[in-house]
Amino acid sequence: MSVLEIRDLQTTVETEQGTKQILRGVDLTVKTGEIHAIMGPNGSGKSTLAYTIAGHPKYTVTGGTITLDGEDVLAMTVDERARAGLFLAMQYPVEIPGVTNTNFLRTAKTAIDGEAPSIRTWSKDVKEAMTRLRMDSSFAARNVNEGFSGGEKKRNEILQLELLKPRFAVLDETDSGLDVDALKIVSEGVNRAHEATDLGILLITHYTRILRYIKPDFVHVFVAGKVAEEGGPDLAERLEEEGYDRYQVAESAADGADALNVG
Amino acid sequence: MSTYIETEPSFVPVQTRSERPTSYDPADFDAPTGREVDWKFSDVARLSPLFEDADGDPQAIDYEIEPEAFVQAPLAPGQAPRGEAFHPEDLPSAIAWKRTAEALHLVIPAGLETQEPVRVSIRGLGAQLRGHAHLVIEAQERSRAIVVLEHTGSARFAENVEVLVRDHAALTLITVQEWEDDAIHASAHQAVIGTGASLKHVVVSLGGAVVRVNPSVRLAGEHSEAQLLGAYFADAGQHLESQVYVYHEGRNTKGRVLYKGALQGASAHTVWIGDVLIGRDAVGTDSYEQNRNLVLTDGARADSVPNLEIETGDIEGAGHASATGRFDDEQLFYLQSRGITEEEARRLVVRGFLLEIVQQIGVESLAERLAQAIEAELSGGAS
Repeated sequence: MSVLEIRDLQTTVETEQGTKQILRGVDLTVKTGEIHAIMGPNGSGKSTLAYTIAGHPKYTVTGGTITLDGEDVLAMTVDERARAGLFLAMQYPVEIPGVTNTNFLRTAKTAIDGEAPSIRTWSKDVKEAMTRLRMDSSFAARNVNEGFSGGEKKRNEILQLELLKPRFAVLDETDSGLDVDALKIVSEGVNRAHEATDLGILLITHYTRILRYIKPDFVHVFVAGKVAEEGGPDLAERLEEEGYDRYQVAESAADGADALNVG
Repeated sequence: MSTYIETEPSFVPVQTRSERPTSYDPADFDAPTGREVDWKFSDVARLSPLFEDADGDPQAIDYEIEPEAFVQAPLAPGQAPRGEAFHPEDLPSAIAWKRTAEALHLVIPAGLETQEPVRVSIRGLGAQLRGHAHLVIEAQERSRAIVVLEHTGSARFAENVEVLVRDHAALTLITVQEWEDDAIHASAHQAVIGTGASLKHVVVSLGGAVVRVNPSVRLAGEHSEAQLLGAYFADAGQHLESQVYVYHEGRNTKGRVLYKGALQGASAHTVWIGDVLIGRDAVGTDSYEQNRNLVLTDGARADSVPNLEIETGDIEGAGHASATGRFDDEQLFYLQSRGITEEEARRLVVRGFLLEIVQQIGVESLAERLAQAIEAELSGGAS
């Protein structure tokens, strides 16, 4: 049993208008096997939370802690966090020209495991995972995310999730830009990873749509850089009906945060 | 999000590109001083041995050609088709023309399609030895072939490459510079492309002290196409240069230029000048040129100058881009977020940056070998 623990997390980002505070004291505890949905209006700081956990250099942590089984995550470099078992499925996966997906996956797997995967089982694993995500085999030889459609990029993120087998995954708006079929395929992948390795999941989303396919144990409503309300799956149903309107006062307090999500 | 800095063209040429003087007589050219438009960024001091109008050393260069079946009788100056497309534009080129009594003549016969590349190995036998060459590569009508020029060893080498791509032929010409550290090399390529014909031209410069490879392509025939690719990796003290010229002369021609370079180490210097001229009659032209440089360390310098001259408004499109910058932080973050160390992520990004060119070479064994050579450059090995 592992625990990812976030306590009173405060994050700022540098903008042309000066330093802006985005996260204003976030508390969250995710245990092995748990699925937590983080929901909230645009600009509430959801993506900032995702990138802060992963260690994006653009964000400065000004207070609070993130620990993984007691280990100080904030003291780790980006790659150390990944090797410690954290994974971020990005909203806008980056294109890497000249680096094939095959080469990238093998390099990442080797880095995470500390040793090269067995050639025979590895290529079989990759092939099968791609088939399950309905990814054409040509994606293996293509450069990472280059010329991929939005949906293909998201599948490629989940492919990495399934192959790298982290302990905790942060899914940053994985549902955005997906049609229903793609959303189903991607959700199935997330559920497979959850079952296969008892993955702990932090599912960041604006809409309740993805929660039809990925069932959260806990729902947190994120407003103005912190958790405004917490509950079980029923909270998501309530948000479906009522939207974020009743948090509106709090939302305007986070004014300006909208443009600061990494995009 | 990228860290590239988009740069504006930094100077206006003193003349239009098509009016640049040409001559077969070295006496018509003054020795370059570094003030001339085509020498402005060059390492004139180190190139100066190539400005001396003297005979070459008889044993300067060793040639090997495989398969030999495509080699025809050598061509004297003025013996057709030598000179059909080639008009020296600078002093080393005029000297190479005059001092090469017997030009190598490669002919891909009409209608012949061959997968196996024709390899021309050009090995310099000493850094103090002077060599000259004029090569005529003729792809006859409807032929399809790949020719690879491989430069190794060391020499002071002035080289002309004259390329005739006849109607409906498709030629790939790859020139690889893997010289020793002390080689000096100036090369002028001039190509003319016939109706419905295409040229893929690739310059890969990794080795040598000073290497200047200037390809010039005249898209003469209707519906002719040229793709010009370049990849270069400059280490400390190296000067690698390419001045690329695409002249859209015929109707409905297409030109694509993409040169990518990496620079690493003190006083590593690269120069890319890309001239595109869309002539009066070149209606329907589709043209794009691009240069990207990745500066890996302080003290390196990449000059990048795109120029576009348009003499007719009735075209499909024309554009240029030039970007020189450091690493893309988002790419590094993405790779690191998958557990890959920063050092390895940097290596992957640079390797990938240049492999984008190498992947398009179309000769698998050569692409693989060049990928390894780039890898060696990155780990600070042989240059």
